[in-house]
Parts: sequence; structure tokens; C-alpha cells
Amino acid sequence: MKKLNRRDFIKVAGTTAAVSALGFPVIGNAASKKVVIVGGGTGGATCAKYIRMADASVEVTLIEPNKNYYTCYMSNEVLSGRRDINSIKFGYDGLASHGVKVVHDTVTGIDAAGRKVMTKGGDTFSYDRCVVAPGISFRDNIAGYNDAAHDKMPHAWKAGDQTSLLRKQLEGMADGGTVLIAPPPNPFRCPPGPYERACQIASYLQAKKPKSKVLILDAKDKFSKFGLFKQAFSRHYPDHIEWVAAKDTGGGVKSVDVGAGTVKTGDGNTHKGDVTNIIPAQKAGKIAEIAGLTNDSGWCPVEHKTFESTIHKGIHVIGDAAIQKPLPKSGYAANSEAKVTAAAVVDLVNGREPGEPSWVNTCYSIVAPEDGISVAMVYNLVDGKVAKVKGSGGLTSKDSPAGDRAREVQYAYSWFNNITHDAFGG
Amino acid sequence: MPAKKSHAMLMGSVLLLGSSQLMAAPSASMLANTCAGCHGTNGVSTGPAAPTIAGKSAEYIKEVMEYYKDGSRHSTIMGRIAKGYSDEEVALMADYYAKQKFVSAAPKQKLDADKIKAGKKVYKKNCAKCHDENGRLPDDDSGILGGQWLPYLQYTMQDYRDGRQEMTKKMKKKVDKLDDAQIEAVLQFFASQD
Repeated sequence: MKKLNRRDFIKVAGTTAAVSALGFPVIGNAASKKVVIVGGGTGGATCAKYIRMADASVEVTLIEPNKNYYTCYMSNEVLSGRRDINSIKFGYDGLASHGVKVVHDTVTGIDAAGRKVMTKGGDTFSYDRCVVAPGISFRDNIAGYNDAAHDKMPHAWKAGDQTSLLRKQLEGMADGGTVLIAPPPNPFRCPPGPYERACQIASYLQAKKPKSKVLILDAKDKFSKFGLFKQAFSRHYPDHIEWVAAKDTGGGVKSVDVGAGTVKTGDGNTHKGDVTNIIPAQKAGKIAEIAGLTNDSGWCPVEHKTFESTIHKGIHVIGDAAIQKPLPKSGYAANSEAKVTAAAVVDLVNGREPGEPSWVNTCYSIVAPEDGISVAMVYNLVDGKVAKVKGSGGLTSKDSPAGDRAREVQYAYSWFNNITHDAFGG
Repeated sequence: MPAKKSHAMLMGSVLLLGSSQLMAAPSASMLANTCAGCHGTNGVSTGPAAPTIAGKSAEYIKEVMEYYKDGSRHSTIMGRIAKGYSDEEVALMADYYAKQKFVSAAPKQKLDADKIKAGKKVYKKNCAKCHDENGRLPDDDSGILGGQWLPYLQYTMQDYRDGRQEMTKKMKKKVDKLDDAQIEAVLQFFASQD
């Protein structure tokens, strides 16, 4: 007798019964295939494109306020002057060429029961499935760091104008100055980002303003790729980077005085930065909160198999905003989650149950012009949750030779070119 | 599962075990799409260094992934990633990418016309017998060399010459008598193929 596979089982049991018994998400009306995607960053753009690539009969509308997206990844090379801001800028013509309807507007609300998305421009978009990819917003964990303060002490954690502003401040700083970086507490977008940033800025200072230095006042005692970054700090920037753990300052930066150009740490000490980069604590992007997709943590709980919200059925949340641990809040993870979700959405709007997911994360940090480091991991679904595949992944070896480190820089550039083309390219 | 058990019994046990026991493995496209972040959409890399994997033979991809897994092929990152997949999953990805269209990187690379010319001679004398059609064919036992990204070809050849991975006896005999300039020339020749 032949083995009973899943498809046979569905046939035998009957679609309706199987769906409810196995707890699959609601199977949509197969005749209607409208998907609205909220947010055009790496996750949203990838998802839109991959839905269209898998099934061109699905109508995909992507709503994004900005005409261009600036990637947070590689923006640290803009700060060091190794890269132009235009090289991290991506438009939406590529998606349009895949038949994605791109609407530049701001989403003001999502009616989960009525399956409708409302915009500032006064339009309403109905959907069978909605994908929300809102990125991050900031928490008020640092006193005095209000919107006006962003212009004086840029966060540069949403790339674009903020990146250019921080670069301009670095260029304008006199030699002998201190660049103060305040990394956020966990969890946050791009865990190795603040430390790669420190390396990139230090590399610029070393070459152009050698009497200056970077002072990192961390809100944590440990961070991503810790050993490799500590190695990079001492190997490349012994006189140009000083990292101070949270335990030595009473928890890092607690308040800022924009007028005086100073910050105060938890132990009551004041530090002066000639350029100050404050990266606040984070939560899911604003629209996620407005749409009621967040829980008490400020992030969005999702079923990992399909990234469908556990709060509102029919809405999927991907990228930095989702609670996707052990997947990190990285560009690669957002791209990978977007593809899993795209496949699930295509299955669901066609009345099929979603297939088994698979994810990868690969994250490079360029710590010196010829020194790249990486972390990678393969993930699968175990008991409904994302899990690391045992034996896979891990970090660049601390002992890896210079030649391999130089290759990792070239692979980092390849990663950047390929992932941005994968998300935004025609 | 003993063959005698009926559908009904199986269904019962399946429901008790819960949905995860029923799940099929990830599909070929689900697995393969995870590679695109570094190797490009459908395996066509936009460079500058990560190789295009589209159109390579399934046999070659399976073999190389096996070598990455057991460490007999040197890598910066692929060893770590290859260990995340079973042989069955690798086979699915290999078949998927073998079916994708290879797109030459030649037009996007800055190459040296003199070296390409010199490389052609080196190629004809030493490489053409096995890597025929200017290395442009997806042979079972070798990747597509023609139209590949130059840094990737350089890294791989360097690893062969440094003994970090093994060449076939036939290839070693040829490579050992070539000097650095000849090697660079022939790699440029391969990279220049449309």
C-alpha cells in the first residue's frame, strides 16, 4: 500500500475539515487575489516582487510614503566616505516592472475585520491578504532626545537624510574631536550595526583626523559578533575606538542636552561629543502599533510558518517589526521572511495550504577596508517556531587569515548588490 | 509505518501527532530562494565576487556542497551554510539551479584585453580538453567558468594552488607548470566569455 502523503490526506479528509482540524489559517476565496503591502523597505519590496514572480494573477499593491528607499545596511560606508549616499538609494521602478502597483501614500489605519487599508491621501484599499513591513520606530528611552534633537544628534538608524547629516557633521568636525556613539539596548535593528559604524568612522578619522576618536557609550555589556569586533577595535583602531560597557556607566546614555552637546550616563557623569550619534531603543514601526498588531513588547507576534499576525488574521508582519527570534532583525532575514511570506500568501489566496518554510540569515560587517567578518545561519520550522538548524552557521573565525578577510569584504559587496537587486530590481 | 495500516488508522495517528508531523519538506524554490540574497535572484549574481550559480549542473552543485560540508573545499562562509542542509535538500536546490539560465558576467566586468588574448593561448594548450567551449558548458564535474565573476575564479584557483583544496591529477599537472601571469591571463579569458 502506498504511503499517504499530505496532499492525499487533504483529499481524503476534505478541505474544510482538514483546514480546521490542522489549524491552518483561513483559506481565502480563490477567485479574489488582492494583496496590499504596507511599507517598501527590504521586506516589503521583496515580498511584493516574489508574490508577482510566483503568481502573476495576484494583484499586488505596495503603499510606501517615500519615492526612494535608502538601505540601512552599507550606510556606514557612507559615513566613512567610502560610498556615496546615492549608492544606497533605491526606487520602485523595478517593482513596477514586475506588475506591482506602487502607491506613494502614508497608511493611516488597517481595518482587519473589513480587510481594508486606509491612507492619508483618503484612499481605501481592500485586500484578501495584507503584508505589513513597517520597519522600526524609536522609544523615548533617552530624556531630551525629541524630534528636534534628531537634527542635532542624528540617529542615522533610518538611512537617508539622517545618514547625510551625520556624514556632514563628521566632515565638519575639527581634528582632535570626539565622536560619541550611543548604541541601543536589545532588541534592535541590525545588531552589529553600531559597532561596524564605529569601525567605519574610526577608519575615516585615522586617515583624515588622526587626533580624534570614537567613544562608544553602550547600553549593553555584550553585543553581536562581540569577540570579532573587540579584535577589530584593537587590531585596527587601538587609539581611535574606546568601547565602554553599560555596567561601567550605570547603563549607558540616559539623557541628552542638545544645546550643550553633552550626554549624561546612568552614573550621573556628563560626556561631551563633538559629533553625537544617539541610537534610541526601538519598537515596531508606527503603523503596526496603530493597526493593533503589537503586543506589550512593542513588537508584532506572528505565526512563524506564515508570518501571519497572531492578533489579526489575514495580516502578515515581516522584517524588523516582527517577533521572529531566533531570526535576527537584519536585512537578510527580512528578505528571507518576505519570501516565506510571499509563498504562503500565494498559497493562501489560491486556496492551498502553505508549504514548509526555510530561512537563511547572512550578515557581513566591514570593519576595515580589507577586513570583513560575517555571521550566518540556516533556519527551519520546528513545532511551529523558527529554529536554528543544528550544526549550521556561525561566525567568521577569529583566526581567519587576512586573505579570507579581504574576500569577505568582496562578498559583502556582492551580498549588498544581490540583495538590493533581489528586493528592488526589475 | 507498517504497510498494513489503513488510511483511517493513519489519519487518526496523524491528527494526534499534530500538524508538524504531516508537513512535507520545504519545496525546491523555497530552499533555493534563500540563496538569492548573496548569489542573486534565480542564482544570477550581480557581483563583484559571489559566483553565479544558475545553470550549473546539478551533479556539480551537489558535489561542491558536499565538499563545503566536509571541509575538503575551502570557503569563507559556504562551509557554515552548507551544513544547514540535508543531502535531499541540497539535491532539490541543485536541480532547481541547474534549470535556471546562466547569464554571463562578462559585460559587467573590467577586464584586460591583452591578458584575455594571452589567456586564450594558455587555455587552448592546457584547459580546453576538459573545460571545452571556453569553459562555458555546465559539465557534470565542473562549474561554469566562462562568464563567471573574475574574483571568484581567482580565489578558487588560489585555493587550488595553495593546496587548500584538491585538484584532479590531470589538472594539477597542467596548473603546476603555469606561472602567475599565465594563470591570471587564463582566468581573465574565462571571465570574458559572453
